[in-house]
Amino acid sequence: MSKTLYDKIWDDHLVHEDNDGTALLYVDRHLVHEVTSPQAFEGLRIQGRQVRKPKLTLAVPDHNVPTTDRSKGISDKQSKIQVDTLRDNCKEFGINLFDVNDKRQGIVHIIGPEQGFTQPGTVIVCGDSHTATHGAFGSLAFGIGTSEVEHVLATQTLIQKKSKNFRVNVNGRLPTGVTSKDVILKIIGTIGTAGGTGYVIEFAGEVIRNLSVEQRMTICNMTIEAGARAGLIAPDDKTIEYFKDRPMSPKGENWTKAVAHWKKLFSDSDAKFDKEVNIDAKDIEPLVTWGTSPQDVSPITGEVPDPEKEKDKDRRTAMYRSLEYMGLKPKMKISDIKVDKIFIGSCTNGRIEDLRLAAKLLKGKKIASDVSAMVVPGSGLVKKQAEEEGIDKVFKNAGFEWREPGCSMCLGMNEDQLSSKERCASTSNRNFEGRQGRGGRTHLVSPGMAVAAAIKGYLADVREIN
Amino acid sequence: MEKFIKLKSIPAHIPLMNIDTDMIIPKQFLKTIKRTGLGKSLFYEMRYDESGKLIEKFILNNDPYSKSKILLAGKNFGCGSSREHAPWALLDFGIRCVISPSFADIFYNNCFNNGILPIIIDDKSIQELSEYSKRKEEIEVDLNEQEILYGNKKLTFDIEPAKKKRLLEGLDNIGLSLKKIPNIEKFENSMNETKPWI
Repeated sequence: MSKTLYDKIWDDHLVHEDNDGTALLYVDRHLVHEVTSPQAFEGLRIQGRQVRKPKLTLAVPDHNVPTTDRSKGISDKQSKIQVDTLRDNCKEFGINLFDVNDKRQGIVHIIGPEQGFTQPGTVIVCGDSHTATHGAFGSLAFGIGTSEVEHVLATQTLIQKKSKNFRVNVNGRLPTGVTSKDVILKIIGTIGTAGGTGYVIEFAGEVIRNLSVEQRMTICNMTIEAGARAGLIAPDDKTIEYFKDRPMSPKGENWTKAVAHWKKLFSDSDAKFDKEVNIDAKDIEPLVTWGTSPQDVSPITGEVPDPEKEKDKDRRTAMYRSLEYMGLKPKMKISDIKVDKIFIGSCTNGRIEDLRLAAKLLKGKKIASDVSAMVVPGSGLVKKQAEEEGIDKVFKNAGFEWREPGCSMCLGMNEDQLSSKERCASTSNRNFEGRQGRGGRTHLVSPGMAVAAAIKGYLADVREIN
Repeated sequence: MEKFIKLKSIPAHIPLMNIDTDMIIPKQFLKTIKRTGLGKSLFYEMRYDESGKLIEKFILNNDPYSKSKILLAGKNFGCGSSREHAPWALLDFGIRCVISPSFADIFYNNCFNNGILPIIIDDKSIQELSEYSKRKEEIEVDLNEQEILYGNKKLTFDIEPAKKKRLLEGLDNIGLSLKKIPNIEKFENSMNETKPWI
């Protein structure tokens, strides 16, 4: 019987299935960070339970860590307790930890692939919704709650119900200035933030095939913003090339075996999808969000929408609420929106290719005088690579702050936050009310668009920067 | 985990769609290493102003809703972050049942690990129940019968049998899965053969 990629990975990890379809699924790779794990380890201790396979879990502090000088430790007491607790738990249960001052430390979804811990065809979970990122390598990856983290630690499995199959085909070729961030914003804008609920989405089509693996990560990363359980992209030669010689990649004979397995990971040509959506690349422009839901997208050349034109009553109410929160008026030009801050980073756009693209546009230019801007590399290794290429100097010369790696202003758990009514062009993934700081106003954009906004001081068209 | 069998309460209605987990419990409260104590920070930015004062017009700040055990909300409730702090905060506040036209996937699953019943019903039924919220009248949820009773009317809801059983009996998932260790070992042995690189 023909199968989708999701069907294949699912079947390959089925430990047990009840009559009603409730399945016990094997977890190959488990990532842990400081925020969603303390209660899970505490649960194990209370019940006197062990971690079943400590080697299949990798831990890193990322959400809470300062991005400024770390030599004096973490000044926020509660953050310090959480990071210290992670260290103690990893020691007690024998789990590999990349600690705050380890050069490999970084955002959990960036270090997984970077180390080759992430691998195609595996089931990967983490107590973080953006675990979907790893789907870019053809692994079934999704976020879980803390009780489930505890379940994985104790049993190396998860209780799951199978989702339905959804395929999004992005056809054609991307126009100039349009990146994978715009592609996923377009997809979310098209299907809505609940459009993927109950599904695993496979991304396919010429555009997806032509993207680099890092660009594909941006797409899968935001699959959760469309409500889907996970996003998937079939591995190809680029994927295999990416994993060659990574520290935790298979070696020698195992490499050959692994590659043979990875090459079988694709949806059969006659596989059936429960839902399918086609998007033409030529209809995608550089996008920004104007509201407080990732589906609130507009082309940079467009206008803030008029809620009066919305027929659905609940949606209209939500739009009014968003516009009030965002301090915007219906029908104003998007390019007339003035920004205060620029944030380049996060598990969505904090990788070396993102920084290269941004630096290329920024070279020799300055940010607008009334804007403050920061770059937070996704990991210590991304930071090091960028510094070797002189990218840090381009940013610093232009007026950006160059920071230490972590989640930073994507969610503002550390000091990196927006003040009330401050407006930010951000390469992160969520524009929710209060996400980057109470009262803070977030516009989601690609790294190129963030640079354009930094230079002009307004939301601006990346195609006009050269 | 506490069992969920029947629940009677005046429901509180928050008529918003896409209530995300950042709204339910903002980031500054995720620094805890405990599961308890989050109730006072539930819906923090809607409940308190910037000086920390109660915002009186917010429904949960008013009696009898400050004691509501049932929450009515718009579609796609619990979207966004996977933080289990969201159901922990609801539970700590006293809410054990959320009724919405749809839920985000991770939040929905997290509820069942905390003895919270998420019920999916259509928009029209939410509107009908919201009248009871306005009139400050109780409604009753009966999980075993899969019914919501209000006035002299009732409506039924769907729930997966396995999830229903877990709530009714307050079962510990990990304990149940640990009984399947022989299956897990068998799986691991076969994987060592077929995928030695894992």
